[in-house]
Amino acid sequence: MRRNQLSIVHMKVNGMPVEVEAGSNILAAAKKVNVNIPTLCYHPDLPAWAACGLCVVKQENSPKLLRACATPVQENLSIITHDAELYQIRKTVLELILSSHPSTCLTCGRNGTCELQRFAAEFGIREQPYEVRLVDLPKDTSTTSIVLDPSKCIKCGRCVQVCQNMQGVYALEFIGRGDQTVISPAASLPLNDSPCIKCGQCSAHCPVGAIFEKDETQSFVKAVSDPDKHVVVQVAPAVRVALGEAFNLPAGTITTNKIYSALRRLGADKVFDTNFSADLTIMEEGTELVRRLTTGSGAIPQITSCCPAWTDYMEKYYPDMIPNFSTAKSPMMMQGAVTKTYYAEKAQIDPAKIYSVAIMPCTAKKFEKSRDDNMRSSGFADVDLVLTTREFARLIKASGIDFLEIEGEEADSPIGMYAGAGTIFGNTGGVMEAAIRTAYHLITGEELPNVNVEAVRGMEGVRSGEVDIKGTKVKVAIAHGMANVATILEEIREARVMGKEPPYQFIEVMACRGGCVAGGGQPYSTTDDIRNKRIAGLYSDDERSTYRCSHQNPEIIQIYDEFLGEPLSEKAHHLLHTTYQERKIYKH
Amino acid sequence: MSELKEDIVFSDGLNAFIEEWKKKPGNLIMILHKIQEEFGYVPRAAAEVVAKRVGTPLATIYGVLSFYHFFKLTKPGKHNIQVCMGTACYLKNSEMLIEEIGHLLGLPLNEITEDGKFSLEAVRCVGCCGLAPVMTIGGEVFGKVTKDQIPGIIAKFS
Repeated sequence: MRRNQLSIVHMKVNGMPVEVEAGSNILAAAKKVNVNIPTLCYHPDLPAWAACGLCVVKQENSPKLLRACATPVQENLSIITHDAELYQIRKTVLELILSSHPSTCLTCGRNGTCELQRFAAEFGIREQPYEVRLVDLPKDTSTTSIVLDPSKCIKCGRCVQVCQNMQGVYALEFIGRGDQTVISPAASLPLNDSPCIKCGQCSAHCPVGAIFEKDETQSFVKAVSDPDKHVVVQVAPAVRVALGEAFNLPAGTITTNKIYSALRRLGADKVFDTNFSADLTIMEEGTELVRRLTTGSGAIPQITSCCPAWTDYMEKYYPDMIPNFSTAKSPMMMQGAVTKTYYAEKAQIDPAKIYSVAIMPCTAKKFEKSRDDNMRSSGFADVDLVLTTREFARLIKASGIDFLEIEGEEADSPIGMYAGAGTIFGNTGGVMEAAIRTAYHLITGEELPNVNVEAVRGMEGVRSGEVDIKGTKVKVAIAHGMANVATILEEIREARVMGKEPPYQFIEVMACRGGCVAGGGQPYSTTDDIRNKRIAGLYSDDERSTYRCSHQNPEIIQIYDEFLGEPLSEKAHHLLHTTYQERKIYKH
Repeated sequence: MSELKEDIVFSDGLNAFIEEWKKKPGNLIMILHKIQEEFGYVPRAAAEVVAKRVGTPLATIYGVLSFYHFFKLTKPGKHNIQVCMGTACYLKNSEMLIEEIGHLLGLPLNEITEDGKFSLEAVRCVGCCGLAPVMTIGGEVFGKVTKDQIPGIIAKFS
């Protein structure tokens, strides 16, 4: 898309001249001269909401206070961002927020990462001058993934905006008014009975401890201390380029090998990689796609199904698309299934003793592992425990592992090796690119001359194009950020109603903006800048891989030789594929 | 928490009203008003029907319903008792009326008796401050109510 010519506005921030793009806000103008204005309700992913009042600034020669987040820049505007009066005003805003916020920081899930706590520290707040009135409402622990704690909520509204505008889910809303307002599903239902898809974007955007992932680190600690349990861990693609942030490494730093060694120090018996099963997914899903395209068996377009938040959304909002869904399970569930069958057999370990753990960038994965009986294809729970990147980081720190200094190690065989295609599953466009690399091989019998499929890369919320597989044109579309999927699916529905050819043949959907790299379980403070850095990390991991395509991965070749037979075989179907069902948007 | 949805039947008038309004701006408030007029409150099942027919998420509808005091989310009793808590009535100790009625009927504020006969709510000024403290049942107004009169008033409706 061509970018419109942007006009430039000239203004002053604290007397310093600034040139800034028209349409941006005062926060952006201040940033240009290295001035940070404190914000609490504002998040760069979201439109300004002006709820908290912390970002007030002064306009020269005007008595009015402006909210920097919600005020667009103007020619000749002269702004004062910091002076004694503004300091006092901001301090008062914080004190007022704290008058309805519990001071239980030590036992809060956001201790050390809370944005309110940070400002309270920076402004040196030592006492609460206002009468404290706390909200006395119970936690909502109804979902497997996310906990809502209304007593900690500061009503900034980020979660509601994320849930409604970015994700199009409408599970959360402001219910009530004034100081009685609570963030809750409709009809005060528990979150689990609401349309919630467990993507966890609310928890990733919450500035305080009002919404957070269900912490299951203790289950891991217990499992590794049980001598009867053989603990096997897999690590998702997106974790390796984000975990480092929890240890002050720049976003996008690849820490794969340190993760492997940290897991062994934590007591894991075997360390495998979800990327292996991302390759396995491509073998199954790619073959499925080629079969749909060439034999006419199965609905076109084929839509990817590795994102559990997306499958949950589709089952609730677009059940008419069920036939279009790839039946392939997600890499995590495939890895779980082959861990307790293929690996168990090869290592001669009783699968009943295997404890299968997945480190994921995602809160919805905690829900996916027990979404239905297909998730027990080995005869046991294929995955026993899911920990998010944030939980994993805490576990490493609490176990005294010097993550920055430990030597990297390699993953274990026979389900730990991966091709570059597997690693880019963690970003938008990556599943599509990985599938194209292998589909090309499946259709033509040859290798794709240039495996970098630039056409499907990028950060636009909806992308579409055509991929040329030696003369065969495949029309593809990609959506990320759940709300963006509507555009594409409505096009398909329309074509269906009109009796026309479907506009696309293959569609990739990821619930979170940027893909799993910005999943709901990733380190906090994710912005587009961070997303791009993590994505760049995954592409560089891809580029440095010995094998770039899933079908070239020697362990993939081996598992089909020794165990699965061929893609879509009966055994593969039983272990690696699943079914979908229509679900009510509201359970009851 | 509201109850499981049961099938709900709208009158022809209400259906026609929704058809007329569903594409117009400001439709939600108008439709919800009409529903409350028909049912005396907005049942969850009705809100779900509106969500489907107007294409507005249920969460948004509840955001609106819970924002405006006018909308009721629970079914009122056959006889809805409103006790005025406007300034004049408040000063004349209308809180005592709420306590006394609550005590007599075992009825907490904003709830309904088990037999569905009475419900109790506190309202803003009803516009006859000279009669404070004031309560109304159905449309009937009772002024200068004393504690002793309450059993008699309630008995009229039992």
